[in-house]
Amino acid sequence: MTEILRVENLKKSYDGFLAVNGVSFTVEQGELKALIGPNGAGKSTCFNMLMGQLKPTAGEVFLDGQKITRQKPREIWRKGVGRTFQITSTYQSMTVIENVQMALLSHHHRLFAIAPRAWKLYRDEALEFLRIVSMEDQADRSCSILAYGDLKRLELAIALAHRPRLLLMDEPTAGMAPTARVALMQLVADIVRTQGVSVLFTEHDMDVVFAHAHHIMVLNRGELIADGDATEVRNNPQVQEVYLGGGTLFKEAQDA
Amino acid sequence: MAFFFAQFLTGLANASSLFLVASGLSLIFGVTRIVNFAHGSFYMLGAFIGITLMQILPGAIGFWGAILLTGLAVGLIGAVVEMLVLRPIYRAPELFQLVATFGVILVIQDLALMTWGAEDRLGPRAPGLRGVWRIFGEPVPKYDIVIIAITPFILFALWYLIARTRAGILVRAATQDREMVGALGVNQAWLFTGVFALGSALAGWGGALQLPKGGADLLMDFNIIGAVFVVVVIGGMGSLPGAFIATVLISVLNVFGVTYLPQSTLVLMFVVMAVVLIIRPYGLLGREEVAGEHGQVGAPDMPIRPYGPVGQALVAALLLVLALLPVFADQFMLILMIDMIVFALFAASLHFILGTGGLVSFGHAAFFGGGAYAAALLVFHTDTPMELAFLFAPLAAGLLALAIGWFCIRLTGVYFAMLTLAFSQLVWSLAYQWRAVTRGDDGLVNIWPSDWLGETASYYYFTLILGVGGILFLRHVIHAPFGYALRAGRDSPRQAEAMGINVKRIQFAAFALAGAMAGLAGGIFVFSKGSVFPTELEIAASFDALIVVFLGGVKTLAGGVVGAGFMTVVEDWLTRLEYWRLLLGLVIIAVVIIAPEGIVGSIRTFWNRIRGSEEEAAK
Amino acid sequence: MTFTRRMILAAAAALTMAPAAVRAQDTIKIGEINHYKRMAAFAEPYKKGIELALKQINADGGVLGKPLEYIYRDDQGDPAEAVKIAEELMTRDGAVMLTGTILSHVGLALSSFAAEKGYLYLAAEPLADSLVWNSGNPNTFRLRASTWIQAAMLAEEAAKTDAVKYATIAPNYAYGQDAVAAFKENLKRLKPEVEFVAEQWPALFKIDAGAEVQAIERAKPDAIYNVTFGSDLAKFVREGGDRGLFDGRNVYGLLTGEPEYLDPLGDEAPEGWFVTGYPWYGFADGTPEKAFVDAYMAETGETPKIGSLVGYLDVLSVAAAIEKAGSTDTPALIAAFEGLEIPDTPIGPLTYRSLDNQSTMGAYVGTLALQDGKGVMVDWSYKGPDGYMPSDEEITAMRPAD
Repeated sequence: MTEILRVENLKKSYDGFLAVNGVSFTVEQGELKALIGPNGAGKSTCFNMLMGQLKPTAGEVFLDGQKITRQKPREIWRKGVGRTFQITSTYQSMTVIENVQMALLSHHHRLFAIAPRAWKLYRDEALEFLRIVSMEDQADRSCSILAYGDLKRLELAIALAHRPRLLLMDEPTAGMAPTARVALMQLVADIVRTQGVSVLFTEHDMDVVFAHAHHIMVLNRGELIADGDATEVRNNPQVQEVYLGGGTLFKEAQDA
Repeated sequence: MAFFFAQFLTGLANASSLFLVASGLSLIFGVTRIVNFAHGSFYMLGAFIGITLMQILPGAIGFWGAILLTGLAVGLIGAVVEMLVLRPIYRAPELFQLVATFGVILVIQDLALMTWGAEDRLGPRAPGLRGVWRIFGEPVPKYDIVIIAITPFILFALWYLIARTRAGILVRAATQDREMVGALGVNQAWLFTGVFALGSALAGWGGALQLPKGGADLLMDFNIIGAVFVVVVIGGMGSLPGAFIATVLISVLNVFGVTYLPQSTLVLMFVVMAVVLIIRPYGLLGREEVAGEHGQVGAPDMPIRPYGPVGQALVAALLLVLALLPVFADQFMLILMIDMIVFALFAASLHFILGTGGLVSFGHAAFFGGGAYAAALLVFHTDTPMELAFLFAPLAAGLLALAIGWFCIRLTGVYFAMLTLAFSQLVWSLAYQWRAVTRGDDGLVNIWPSDWLGETASYYYFTLILGVGGILFLRHVIHAPFGYALRAGRDSPRQAEAMGINVKRIQFAAFALAGAMAGLAGGIFVFSKGSVFPTELEIAASFDALIVVFLGGVKTLAGGVVGAGFMTVVEDWLTRLEYWRLLLGLVIIAVVIIAPEGIVGSIRTFWNRIRGSEEEAAK
Repeated sequence: MTFTRRMILAAAAALTMAPAAVRAQDTIKIGEINHYKRMAAFAEPYKKGIELALKQINADGGVLGKPLEYIYRDDQGDPAEAVKIAEELMTRDGAVMLTGTILSHVGLALSSFAAEKGYLYLAAEPLADSLVWNSGNPNTFRLRASTWIQAAMLAEEAAKTDAVKYATIAPNYAYGQDAVAAFKENLKRLKPEVEFVAEQWPALFKIDAGAEVQAIERAKPDAIYNVTFGSDLAKFVREGGDRGLFDGRNVYGLLTGEPEYLDPLGDEAPEGWFVTGYPWYGFADGTPEKAFVDAYMAETGETPKIGSLVGYLDVLSVAAAIEKAGSTDTPALIAAFEGLEIPDTPIGPLTYRSLDNQSTMGAYVGTLALQDGKGVMVDWSYKGPDGYMPSDEEITAMRPAD
């Protein structure tokens, strides 16, 4: 397996408070990796630094050995990193398929074209991506009237349209019903398997994490306290301490 | 030294009335997010009501009592306006309310003319405060000293009201987060009415308090509104301490500007505003605006589609009618249609960045007038052939838009709007003051088309081809990838950036394109009228376009064009009547209330409701 | 869909909404364009002056046996709108010529338009010199005495004093700048040692009077030349009076004596200023000036303003030109206006100079004083424009070749 993402000693401080304190890890090709931790552990901060929304105080991020630290989100995207948002972010005034076409227009460097009709471009290609997330039958619906779970799947299709090598998903199942969560994560796992893309995701739902992630990292107070497969993490005393102390669902997850 | 001090006092005295008015505007914006252009009208009402009351009430008690009562009266009027005009449209798209406030301006102008007559009124003197006190030997009017002394108390009273009373805490909470106030069980409608009344009352007090230093006249509403907005923006919209600091800053700078740079009076404050906004994009004490924070975002836009066969056939039929118009219409009809097409193209170009791009520009006339001036300057000074000079209009306007956009595009929301306004004022003052080149207010005259376009009918065809062509071109661009990218940046800048779209660069290009198209309209305009004056660069010209875009419907593609057509016809018709401003104001208010999504948007909603289902609405 | 439908509706509305113009030729129609709302304080007396004259003329049988009629249209103070309305008045409403406007830039737009389309335009109140000089054309005539003429009258008076150091204050736009330039040029010609120590340019109707007064005071001028008017003037006079700016200084005020600007000042009218204006209260019984004032007050119940006089003279000029032309077609009217002489008007004989299409209406000059708590002009005199204009050669050189 080759390494896709390498994070070295990443730090972020706000007025002296260290939100992320020297986090280092790697993501391998074709890996589905979870980043978990209690509220305020620094997961989102970490994610936003990887994606360029936040500038790290210190540390480096490498994609395929290439440094991408402190680059803008759109530059990181160009290098092959896709993302989905904790709160879905789609183009409400467009149809489902146009949302995907938009990503394709960007992918094919056609953003400044003024001659063609946008909705005619890359329609078949966009349909392919909708098919992957089983949204093809809703292609021409207005994005503004979609159910929340469908929006999540649409976001996934948008992210896939750029054929990313790495996909960052911030709480992909947040706000969804339990059955829908399982379905979505199943879909993600399938995509990892069939498309050869690596996925790094954060998640609250331990069922989801332990059922699907190949590897799990645990973040607490800005520091990585565990990085391994499900069993390793489950048996890590520090992790147990954090989660039992926090009174979370960890116990249930263990039972599952 | 004494001279400096005396000047400083003059600046402070000027600041006190301005601060009252500005704090009212800031308060209203902070809580209700309404950009209230009618605020100057409440100031004017304060002056007129103040004079009337001072004539009734005698003596010093009468004078100060009259000022107090004036504020209450104007506050009451403000409450009525809020309940009748604004309350029905809080759910409309953001900034839509400013159209309604524009209607209010027109109504109040004519009502004031009916009530108080046309003649200027000199303000009564404050009893016992005529004349000067000498401070370090310099004469300072007694009344100046008194209002300088009063202002801190007003500031304190406001601070106390906002920071220490329950009502004030609610107001502050609403400024931070309006949803929360609703959650606290407070009736939001009445809170808004109360704040609007208080803001209006402050404007009324401002108008009454300045009486001994000036008077009341029918132009004072427009004459103060620019300064008030500048102050509120420099201070940071919604921030009272910011408004206070900015008022003092602007007033004192003005006084020194008058002494050391007497020619600067037109632009000084706009230069200050531009500099402040470039350095601090949210004013001195303002905070960043979060997208959609304006609350009334309204329903999301519909997906767009080019017309189907039926629509295309109808457009073709309309174009055919327009093409045949010279056969059956008289000369004036053609002139009216030329005006309408020029205005429609101008509005469409604004609509392009406003509707599709989500960038509210308050200074779009800079490009319309800029294009007109570019062509006219070439003809006037170098006798350039009309055809060549005409080409220069969109080109120069586009370049101007590139230059202005470079500064503005990094800002968002109301601050973006105000910076465009500041730059358009700079362009205006250039045309107004650089007389050697522009002839200033005398304008550039005798800018007529070449002989082959000299006939009204041939110029009509010229306008039809280029004007309608420009509108169709913009429409085409909206449907093209570029238009989609622009819309993507408006819908979700976060997602757009995360999919490789350089949102600011797209907006920058769109701003330049819109500027060039406005310049094209300006080019057609100048050769149809034969002259151009700084009037075309005024704030009012920018707002004309803004208002028709909102009236037509921001969230529709045809909104700008339909709004422009509607306004041209209504205005042409109404200005024949005696109290046309009153009627026009009422028409605007009526349209705003009946059709809160704009004319086109409301017709579409109505049409969709008839046809029923949600899926239909999506098409 | 809706786009097309609305456009058709709008177009259809536009086609049908214009009231079917009454084209009956039973009256002679004059298109009168003005800023009735935006400049209401000035336009209203002007309109009343017109109506008085129309009433008198039509009572005497009108012109060419037909009643004379003015069609009033509001241009909102917008030159582009004025041009559009002018077209409608001429092509649809059957007007035989155009007149009106107060603001110079609107007048200039109409002038250029009239020349291009071959219409006749009589500018009533605009003061800009360029209207008949630099931008003059054969189709445009102007009634009122221009900025240059009135400034020259004040400069003549100023040159008689031993004041050397002058300060000027004028609104920051074309009129103010022209007025200052004209005053300076005339005064320097008459008295080369004069020096201008301060030039203040407040924004129109946005004067910061306290600061302006302080700035002038700081320059310690011997005399002051004022061009501000309206609300600016009121604030300037009040601040200047309070701060003693005018004490011991001669002040020359352009238009300051016109009732439009003087009346609102009430008992704070600045005594001792030498001004141009309109002393309607000072006319002797039996003079045509007095007869006009009496008729006007009887008709309207108001005291006349300068605008009233201009409106009245406007109608007299138009009527005389039509009578002289014997027809209402434009070339004949233009020919009639060139060198038109009207023997009896409230200000005596009035001529439209064929040299530059400017009428010989002059101006009243005098000194301000307080009487019964109101400002009035005393020791006034009426001066014709002769001697206050550039030479004929200079004017001819300025006018573009016809």
